[in-house]
Amino acid sequence: MIRSEILKDIAPILRDQLVVCNIGIPSQELHAIDDQPTNFYMLGTMGLASSIGLGLALAQPKPVIVIDGDGSVLTNLGTLPTIGNNAPSNYILMIIDNGSYGSTGDQPTYTGMKTDLAGMARAAGCDNVVEVQDVDTGAALQKAMEDGVATVMVVKCDSGNAKMPVISMDPVVIRERFMKAVAG
Amino acid sequence: MNIDKKIADDLVANDIRFVTTVPCKQLAGVIEEVDRRDDIFHIPSNKEDEGMGLCAGAWMGGKRPAIIMQNTAIGVTINTLATLIQYYRMPLPMIISYRGELREPVACQVEMAVHTKALLAQLNIPTYHFHWQRDVEEFDNILKYTFMCNKPVAILTDANFWGGYGDQ
Repeated sequence: MIRSEILKDIAPILRDQLVVCNIGIPSQELHAIDDQPTNFYMLGTMGLASSIGLGLALAQPKPVIVIDGDGSVLTNLGTLPTIGNNAPSNYILMIIDNGSYGSTGDQPTYTGMKTDLAGMARAAGCDNVVEVQDVDTGAALQKAMEDGVATVMVVKCDSGNAKMPVISMDPVVIRERFMKAVAG
Repeated sequence: MNIDKKIADDLVANDIRFVTTVPCKQLAGVIEEVDRRDDIFHIPSNKEDEGMGLCAGAWMGGKRPAIIMQNTAIGVTINTLATLIQYYRMPLPMIISYRGELREPVACQVEMAVHTKALLAQLNIPTYHFHWQRDVEEFDNILKYTFMCNKPVAILTDANFWGGYGDQ
């Protein structure tokens, strides 16, 4: 499966949850598959989805699901120790690890070679790290939500992108409706 | 006047409950003071752009944030300031140690100091420079201004403001 197929699969689980979605094609795909006010789409700033989600989870009690990518986590590796030492029980970081920089033309990342993100997360102090195969994402996500502990999921899937339109919504509109959903 | 205490008091008085820090020798006292306060959740960051991500999330979650960092961080965070904090119109007080200014003992620090105000001006970031201890009296007003206009605002605090470097 490629990322967009996983997102289609788990859209019913994500629907009413607070979701912080990674820059580029992942946000375009989620937006096209099931746009919700509870989705915060990143339009820029590669690498910070996990950090934004962590700040959000620390500031309020609702569950927060971050949809991140291997390339983006690699660009902000300092996030893993911060998560490992601070993540509250309402925080789920789901790293869609397709071994490539999807939004820039599928150039390979190091996670498709020798680098093991799950191992890095564990070494950084994340206690609950699960490695998941694409087809099992929905069940694993559901379980993480039910377990109610901070979880890092590394979802292994194929490289590839669905052709989706660019998000034309104004960033302040995205942010404002998201904040209303957070407070609601 | 205890500057560290005054800064922490003003943060609390302005309902700032989430502070992330990247350390600097000049800021050690204020970081310690922030860490001591029960009213403030203090989360150290490994890099300043990561810290700004945390602040963005905290603000959307209903907590007023602030970041404490060195001016070298302006070089690190320009993209984050432009495409996250400014683009989504978020407030962010940035309490910045202005290294490389008067009474600085480390020459390399001057290399980013000479760019600091120019970069902030290029980004249209409101910028205040604390040089004398009494300048801290403006801090409360600056915090109110930041959350009034929903912008990142820089407060540059130089070595003279902090009373020099002691034994360095």
